Parts: sequence; C-alpha cells; structure tokens
Amino acid sequence: MNPSGFDPTVLVLAIPAISAALLAVLPGYRLTARLNMLASLATLLAALALFAVDRPAPGDYLLIDDLNIVFIVLNTFVGFTAATFSASYIGHEIETGRLTPTHVRFYHAMYQLMMFGMNLALVSNNIGLMWVAIELATLTTVLMVGIYRTHEALEAAWKYFILGSVGIALALFGTILVYVTAQPVLGEGTAAMVWTQLMSRAGEFDASLLNLAFVFLLLGYGTKVGLAPLHAWLPDAHAEGPTPISAVLSGLLLNVALYAVLRFKMLMAAHPEALAPGPLMVGMGLLSLVFAAFMLYRRRDIKRLFAYSSIEHMGIIVFAFGMGGPLANFAGLLHMVMHSLTKSAIFFSVGHVTQIKGTQKIADIRGLTQSHPVLGWGLALGVLAIAGMPPFGVFMSEFLIVSSTFARSPVLALVLVFGLLVAFGALLMRLTGFIFGEPTGEMRPAQASFVPLYAHMAIVLIAGVYMPGPMVAWFQAVARLLG
Amino acid sequence: MGNIAFDLAHLLAGGLVLVSFMMLYQDRLYALLNVFALQAVVLSAAVAWQALIQDASHLYVTALIALVFKALVIPGALHRIIQKLGIHREVEQVVGVGTTMLAGMGLVALSITLMLSLTSAADAIAREDLAFALSVVLLGLLMMVTRRNAVSQVVGFMSLENGLILAATGAKGMPLVVEISVAFSVLIAFIVIGVFLFRIRERFDTVDVGALDSFRGEKR
Repeated sequence: MNPSGFDPTVLVLAIPAISAALLAVLPGYRLTARLNMLASLATLLAALALFAVDRPAPGDYLLIDDLNIVFIVLNTFVGFTAATFSASYIGHEIETGRLTPTHVRFYHAMYQLMMFGMNLALVSNNIGLMWVAIELATLTTVLMVGIYRTHEALEAAWKYFILGSVGIALALFGTILVYVTAQPVLGEGTAAMVWTQLMSRAGEFDASLLNLAFVFLLLGYGTKVGLAPLHAWLPDAHAEGPTPISAVLSGLLLNVALYAVLRFKMLMAAHPEALAPGPLMVGMGLLSLVFAAFMLYRRRDIKRLFAYSSIEHMGIIVFAFGMGGPLANFAGLLHMVMHSLTKSAIFFSVGHVTQIKGTQKIADIRGLTQSHPVLGWGLALGVLAIAGMPPFGVFMSEFLIVSSTFARSPVLALVLVFGLLVAFGALLMRLTGFIFGEPTGEMRPAQASFVPLYAHMAIVLIAGVYMPGPMVAWFQAVARLLG
Repeated sequence: MGNIAFDLAHLLAGGLVLVSFMMLYQDRLYALLNVFALQAVVLSAAVAWQALIQDASHLYVTALIALVFKALVIPGALHRIIQKLGIHREVEQVVGVGTTMLAGMGLVALSITLMLSLTSAADAIAREDLAFALSVVLLGLLMMVTRRNAVSQVVGFMSLENGLILAATGAKGMPLVVEISVAFSVLIAFIVIGVFLFRIRERFDTVDVGALDSFRGEKR
C-alpha cells in the first residue's frame, strides 16, 4: 500500500471531471482552449505518476495493473497532444465562423468529459462501471461529431448514435450474462462484477453461458472497435466531426473498446472449457483488414481515407491478439500504440490541410510539399509510417505480427500479407497525389502548431529504430498476461 | 408462494414480449408511442414484482423510473415533438408488416431455444427472464432496422433498452441496476429529444433518416 496516501488514480479521473464542469461555465475560447490543454497535461502527469507510486490494492471499482497502465498513459498522452492541436484548430474555426464561441465552450467541456469517460473505462475494476464509462465516452463523442450541424455531420452523428447504442446495448446484455454466470460462484452483489474476483474464480463458471456472453460482448464492443461487419458508423463519424475528434476517435476511443474486448478475452482464456476466443477475433480481424484495404481505393474524402485505414489497423491488432501467444500479443500491443500515435499525427496534419485548402476532397489537395513544406512532409511521414514503411514503428510491429503468424499458420499469414500490400498500394497512390504535382487551392502559409505532429512522428521513428529495454520488458510482461 | 412468484414473473416478462410484437405492426406514430407507453407500464410492473420477490427495495426505484419517465414523460414529449414539428404521422417501413412479424417470431424462437438450453445452471426465474429479455432486445433491433423514421427508431431503441432492464433485474442481486437505468434514461432524454430531433428539424423538412442518405460526402 501507499504510505503517503497519494493516489494518482483519483487524479486521473478527477482532473478531467472537474475541468469539464469548469470549461462548461467559463467564457472565452482562448482561455478555455488553454485550460483544456492544461487539464490534459495535468491528467498526463497524473497518469505518469502511476509508475512512480506503489499501486493501490484493487478495490471493488478501481484497478491499476500492468495492462491498463499502458492504455492510460497512451490515452492521456494523445489526449494532451490532441488538445494542443485542438487549440490551434479551434482558433481557425472561430475565425472562419464555422463554430460559435458557445459551441466551443460546449466542445471543450465535452472533450474533458470524454477523457473522463475513457480514463474511467480503463481504470475500472468492475464490468458494470466499465460499461457505463464506455457509454459516456460514446455519447460525448456523438455530440461532438454533430457539432457542425451540417447535413453530413447530422447524418454521421445519427448513424454513430444508433449503431453505437446498439453495440453498447449488446455489450450490456453480455455484461449481464457474465454476472449471471458468475453469481452462483461468487454470490450475489458486487463481487460477481469485479474483474480481479472474476479472474480468480473463472474456472468454476458455467462454460456455455460464458461463451454466449463473450459473443455478445465481442459484437457489442466490436462495434465500437470498428470491426468489419459493424464498422458502418466509423468513416462517417471520422469525416464529419472536428478533426481533433477524428484524431481522438481513431487514436483512443477504438483502443478503449479494444481494451474491453481484451479483458473479456482474458476471462475466457482463464476458463479451460470455454470457447477459444482466438478464432473469432482472428476472423473478424482479417475480414476488417482485407475489406478496409480494398475500400481505401475508392475514397474521395481525405478523412474518410484515413478512417478506413483505422479500420484496417484495428483489424490487424485484433488479429494479432486473436492469434495470442507472447510474441503476437507483444506485436499487437506495440502495433496498437504505434497506430494510435501515427494515426493521430496524420489527423493533426490533415486537420490543418483541410483548413487551409477549405476542402476534404482528395482531388483538390495537391502539391503540399511545394505550398506548405512543413505540413506536407509531416503528412508524408505519417502516411509512409502508417503504410508500414521501415524504419517506423508500425513496420516493426507489422513485421513481428507477420513473422509470428508465418511460424504458426502460413495460410493466415498469406491473407494478412495480401491485405497489408493492398492497403500499402492504396495509401502510396494517394500520397503521391497529396504531396507532389502542381499545388492547388489556397497557398497562404499555415498558422498551425506542428509540435504535436512531429512529436508523435519522432516517437514512432524512435520506436522503429530502438526500443528501450525496460519498455520491451514491460510489454513482454503484459503480453504474457494476455495469454 | 414460490410458484406464484415464478408464474407472475413469467407472465409479466411474456407480456413484455407480446407488447414488443404489438409495436411491430403499428403504422401510426401516435399509436406506436401509446404501445411503447404500455410496454413501459408492463416493464415497471415486472421490475416491481422482481423487487418484491427478491426483496430488493432498490429495484422499486428502477420500476418508478420506468413508470414515470418511460410511460409518461418520454411518450408525452415525443407526442409534442411530432405535433410541433409536423412530422409525417405514418411509420415508414422498409419491409412489410407480415415479413417483419415472421422475422420477429423467428427471433423469439431463436432466443428462447438459445437461452433455455444454455442457462440450465441458473435459477428458473433468471432463465425465463433472460430468454424473454433477449427476445425483447432482438425485437427492438428488428424494429430499428425495419423503420426509416427517426422517431420510430428511437422508440425501437428504447424498447430494446426495456429488454436490457428486464434482464438486469432478473439477474438476482445485480449491482448498479438503478444506476444503469438512470444513466440510460437521462441520456435518452438528453440526446434524442434535446439535441437530435431539433437539429435535424432545423435543416430538413422530414425526420426520415432515408432523406439524409444523399449526403455521403463521397460525391465526385
């Protein structure tokens, strides 16, 4: 236990919650944008402090372990950089009048509320609480997706709301089934919903009911991850909302839903007779990968293009975790971190590009390296990284996934490589269009903050070249935990 | 009283499924809202009965929420919205009523065989409740996919959620049930009524989601 009584877990939750309330009442977008950044930074520091202090013993509601620390730090880090990007993005939106100060106030409050929801989902030790938190995060993002109030934004928000709610409802049904399964073993009340308790007695549960519960949970939270047959909301929500939200959706919210799936996968793995969750996840992952890879060719909207790329990468990650085993889990975890950083960096640059050019149409975005070299090369780096070019971290993790799959089942590896190559081709084809050729449209220099973009790319590059020993050891420990 | 406890729980949960079926063939929005209110009343009775037989007084709160909020406030508010906005009062269906009913029967059969064969370990009331709850959930989903009109999709979602509340109360001693039902209710009220319908109305003359389909953002 912690002698000083200082518990960063509480701060990770309290800072976003309090700042959400503050931001809802404070006027002036400059002030609130700064406060939003500051609150996100404070949350990040609190999350980093989790490494420094002794972990509190898991309670009925909160839990910190090796697995969720990775997610929390990633979540708060990207939350902070996205808030930094958001400050300059929102300034431009106010100038052009696309958003009014009232909307911005609402936007900032929702941003922090969403961070609160995601952090709560990650630290919760209770399947019910986790569900409530994911629901909260979903609904706040629905409101932010619809914030421009255009036809497209409303359609996207409505679709996201309907599909997200259905997903979340299925997940709740699965959660109830887990409780029903656990209740004869752990007794009535809270104990039967607590992760640590569930994990310790998982072997005694009724296998068939647990299987059914997992199917509901995979479909429910899988909708939120954006897995292939259930992905329909994702491209619209990414394309029509403000770009900082696209970055946060791709980089964070998908991960939070994935975290929920992983937790339940661990529960299934702890039961010797239950259905193996691997094949289901492998199937859905590959389907998402191949489907999204082909869809990349038909995109005409730059944000939709990268939204489909997110579906593709979530497919790869789910595939890796579905394969299981220390190496594939390690690679999946690494890929998840790399994808979050790279994809949010891409959205940071895309956000500025669309603001400068005043359009999201791929055909109208040309010759960025000539008109806006810093931004253009930043985007180019991001796209090369996400397409899986060495020496970036995404290449490392994809290489690990492919090689570990080849060793175990070459047929699946062939499908995987096929999907990766198809997506690679599509992204490079689009990239040459973006950065070369005659510049079109607006030529004025960008008033943008490039720090978040290049900071993310630097981390991705460093991770691709050299991963520090302690971090590797940490990831290996988590990979073993995932089974 | 063991038998009566079971029979009544069974009757009320079955009643919920029946009302779900009634919703499937309504072709007027007002009638649909009335049937939804009826479902909320049945749900509230079912939850109150569970509270009594499980001796769990907190479930009365959930029953009360269902009664006041879902049977009175939400249908009333939707009524006013339809009136004020002059929305088409017909329910626009994607598939015919006959097909929908047949599909609904299939779903109920599926959920009952599935749940009853899998839950042999759980106690009888929970088993029945779960089987019926899954039916209500699936029927709610069916309603959402076979309707084009935003209001009836919302009603479908709320009826789906009624099924979830039934499942949660049927699971003996489940914590957080009240919190979950409160969260659901507040969010439904907040999102659906407050924001979406008004915003959609600002831009469109219809709340028909089909009319939004042309805005894909992928046109050349």
